[in-house]
Amino acid sequence: MKKNNTILRYIKYVIIGIITGVANGLFGSGGGTIAVPAMVLVLGADEHKAHATAISIILPLTILSSVFYLSNNFVDWSITWKVTAGGVIGGFIGAKLLNICPDNILRKVFAIFMIIAAIRMIFF
Amino acid sequence: MILFIIGIISGIISGMGMGGGAILIPALVIFIKPEQHVAQSTNLLYFIPTAIIALIVHIRNKHIDFKMALPIIITGFLGAFLGSKLALSLSGMSLKRWFGVFLLCMGVYEMFRRGTAKKEDKK
Repeated sequence: MKKNNTILRYIKYVIIGIITGVANGLFGSGGGTIAVPAMVLVLGADEHKAHATAISIILPLTILSSVFYLSNNFVDWSITWKVTAGGVIGGFIGAKLLNICPDNILRKVFAIFMIIAAIRMIFF
Repeated sequence: MILFIIGIISGIISGMGMGGGAILIPALVIFIKPEQHVAQSTNLLYFIPTAIIALIVHIRNKHIDFKMALPIIITGFLGAFLGSKLALSLSGMSLKRWFGVFLLCMGVYEMFRRGTAKKEDKK
């Protein structure tokens, strides 16, 4: 019985890994959006630990995907470095905001932006 | 300047634990209009330094479950290989549409999911 549980757990790891990896490679994003709820809902991980663990999973996958994109010359360094400079600063602000500002309203605003942008990308 | 601002906004969103790429990629595509693969590689490369900084903090605070992470990383490599190859085989236009479908699913999920605060109350 215990052995079966271990096998089942590893099957879950395999499936979560493959789906997270495919999203990361195919869309260059979204790994965390899949891995975090998967770890919480399927593996019963604590939400906070799942967030931190997801970064440790997605970083190596991102490095691998980047190698493929770069080796096909799909890169614009002048865009990349400007966005990254802003991103590092924004990351600090976001981490601080997380502790003082309730994020539910922001999540809904974020969701609306995603839906509008998605429709635009599909049809235009 | 607009690139820097897009970076800051995406950074704030990812710093708060939401997917920064879901802002960064569509913002680039709509305002800067690069080829879809280039927009996606920008997000991949942008993630690396940000993630390394976050990871150092999380390792120090012992928030990472390496026993859970390791098997997911190993099969994740296989997935990343397949996903990247598939992306590179698609045209920019069709990849953009597929990305839009994926973004729509994420947006609808984000819209209707319950807040995380409730779950923690149970413990």
